[in-house]
Amino acid sequence: MKRTLLTVSLVALTAVPALAARDQIRIVGSSTVYPFTTAVAEQFGKSTGMKTPVVESTGTGGGMKLFCAGVGEDTPDFTNASRPIKKGEFEDCQKNGVTEIVQLEVGFDGLSIAQSKDATPLSLTKEQLFKALAKNIPDADGKLIPNPNKTWKDVDASLPDVKIEVLGPPPTSGTRDSFAELVLEAGALKNPALADLKKADAKAFEAVWKSIREDGAYVEAGENDNLIVQKLTANPTALGIFGFSFVEQNANAIKDIPIEGVEATYETIADGTYKVARPLFVYAKKQHIGTIPGMAEFIAEYVSDKAIGEDGYLADKGLVTLPGEEADKTRAVAKDLTVLTAEDVK
Amino acid sequence: MTEVRNELVRKRYAAERRFRFYGAAALGLTALFLAFLLVDIVSKGLPAFRETSVEVDVTVDAAEVDPANLAGGNYDKMIKEAFRAEFPDVKGRTERKALSALLSSGGADTLRSMVIADPALIGKTVTVPVLLGDDADLFLKGLLTRVKTTAGAMPLHIAQLDGEEGFVLTGDKAGEEAERQLGLAAGDVIRFKGGALRVTGPQNGYLKAEPIFAPDPAITTLAAGQWDVLAFSVPESNRRISDAQVLWLDQLKSEGRIETSFAWRLFEAGDSREPELAGIRGALIGSLLTVLVAISLALPLGIAAAIYLEEFAPKNRWTDLIEVNINNLAAVPSIIFGLLGLAVFLNFFGMPRSAPLVGGLVLALLVLPTIIIASRAALKAVPPSITEAALGVGASKQQAVFQHVLPLALPGIMTGTILGLARAFGETAPLLMIGMVAFIADIPSGFTSAATVLPVQVFLWSDLPEMAFQSRTAAAIIVLLVVLFALNAVAIYLRKRFERRW
Repeated sequence: MKRTLLTVSLVALTAVPALAARDQIRIVGSSTVYPFTTAVAEQFGKSTGMKTPVVESTGTGGGMKLFCAGVGEDTPDFTNASRPIKKGEFEDCQKNGVTEIVQLEVGFDGLSIAQSKDATPLSLTKEQLFKALAKNIPDADGKLIPNPNKTWKDVDASLPDVKIEVLGPPPTSGTRDSFAELVLEAGALKNPALADLKKADAKAFEAVWKSIREDGAYVEAGENDNLIVQKLTANPTALGIFGFSFVEQNANAIKDIPIEGVEATYETIADGTYKVARPLFVYAKKQHIGTIPGMAEFIAEYVSDKAIGEDGYLADKGLVTLPGEEADKTRAVAKDLTVLTAEDVK
Repeated sequence: MTEVRNELVRKRYAAERRFRFYGAAALGLTALFLAFLLVDIVSKGLPAFRETSVEVDVTVDAAEVDPANLAGGNYDKMIKEAFRAEFPDVKGRTERKALSALLSSGGADTLRSMVIADPALIGKTVTVPVLLGDDADLFLKGLLTRVKTTAGAMPLHIAQLDGEEGFVLTGDKAGEEAERQLGLAAGDVIRFKGGALRVTGPQNGYLKAEPIFAPDPAITTLAAGQWDVLAFSVPESNRRISDAQVLWLDQLKSEGRIETSFAWRLFEAGDSREPELAGIRGALIGSLLTVLVAISLALPLGIAAAIYLEEFAPKNRWTDLIEVNINNLAAVPSIIFGLLGLAVFLNFFGMPRSAPLVGGLVLALLVLPTIIIASRAALKAVPPSITEAALGVGASKQQAVFQHVLPLALPGIMTGTILGLARAFGETAPLLMIGMVAFIADIPSGFTSAATVLPVQVFLWSDLPEMAFQSRTAAAIIVLLVVLFALNAVAIYLRKRFERRW
């Protein structure tokens, strides 16, 4: 018995190097784009009969690192991103020989602040959210003090006398980065003292809006949005920060809170009136096309009308689709496989 | 004196009673937690073990299927067209879309395999059980909204408004408010032969309604019993199924065409982004492959290391150091092993990502210390008299160990190994680093093809927005628990069956 087991393990070990060329597309990256890319991957597998691509959920940053590690079968062919590629990442890619990157904008994700269906409806502004959630806020003289606000009434007299409690993603999440950038930075700028600070010391200003309070008012609820939905139902006075698709899918339990008077809906996100939204990207490694079978077909499936079109299956999955012109732009990039240049990256 | 002594005795007894109470309370609380967990998971997971389908008569259109390429036919279109043809009143793009949204895209797979199995079906009409979409399925299981249907108890008058969209509803009695005498509230749906209306509420003193299925203008009065009221616990704007879809499903149900059956698909399909099509077969096979690699490496290595350390190795500083390190390794967080696997197996040896082979190697490292410790304890438990007797009759040390000590220690070793195995079955963290936390729709075919494992599947499903994935998640947890319980049961059986006491 033992002898056979030993033999089996030896065989298993020695069998590794004799691998054939990879015939399966590999995709890494953002967990926000994951639900959409997986749907495309499944459709691609079903309609072409090729192997269904493997989609890993590594987060945008982790995905970029793997994607930019080099060219060759052991590196991924695509990476999902919930923000555009950063300059540093682009340079890293170039350095490692990943010189031909195709950037495809596939749609939008709205960030929603939601509350339980049973709670009294709130309506918030970015400034109020900043005052409620920032770690340090300026006092009347413009000096930074630890956030003293305990209830929403402390933040603004028009708001109810309810304890501030917001459930949101942890610092490792791209959703949290976007929330800070789209809501807290804009909210901080409304404060004249902080606007002056930005001009004087941009770094210090960034530290102010990027730091979220840690005294219990903001609860890090993990990356699992379903969990936040359940917690909100149990605790109607708490608010939660979500991707828009979650609010859409769980409309029987939670409802969206309008930001600056605009409620998050497909229409308001797509036409740009709802400002707390971010574009989603898929980056392709052009150098792999021709080596890894199916890449061109996968790109074609992704940008097809039945996927990212207004009535496409990704819209059913909660993607806010691109308006007509933008979609045409993405399709043109996909058709010509336009390579990203240093000027395109900010 | 006796007084004091009695007092002491009383205190001692009281202390003991208190301690017993604390113990029982701790046990009770634990049992309560466990019961709560199990009830929660089972009640959430059970719906996923049933699936609903609707029988549709589909004509396999010869123009849509190429006999040379049976798999490439447009079966989805045939099914959707056949289904729409059954509701000739449904016109308009949005309504037709809502109607076909009731069906899952998985129906095409059923029809495809039927045609591939019997190409003679081309041109004929067949009855296909078409799986319902996740929202329709959840609704029929009562998870989206509760519906209360009551028959109208009195005559209802419907008048179409002039110049604007909508209807005015009135009862027979003058003077009393219409909504009160008819028992209607905003959001209720009135269903009758030839149409359906949604009550929008009182407006300018009238009870108004809007059409869901526009009724024949000739209908102005419905007698008692000719109309039904459907009252929903969740308003239409808040649920994933519209009033019209509810009415269609109700119609299909009353025709007896909706079938509920055991969801074998859950065990036969790989992962999918459509909740009703997603199954755990891929993850289960991935788990088996991974654990097979792990155990075929860890078991021989672990037992050999344990025998050498326990029976043959000299006792010196080096073996002490090794022993301490093995004990420490058993307590290292599992993610560290994942990082190690990434650095050694993927980056250095260049093994493929997401492969059960690499996962198995990492898990082997993870359970190796546990197996060594358990095996050493089992070897130590064999009385020295056995070895001494063997040596006394002239056996070599090796003979004494392999022919006498090891067989007696084997039940203990197996128990330890199975518990290690159970741990390997439940790990996700180390697999994150080596790419096994991924969407993998194809069922793994070997040790190097991309695969994921059951606990990872649970983790991935729990994070998806669709409501139906929540019950899939719970169902996958149930399967995982059953596997783990079975493994533990085997461990207990082995211990009871072969254990020897001295």
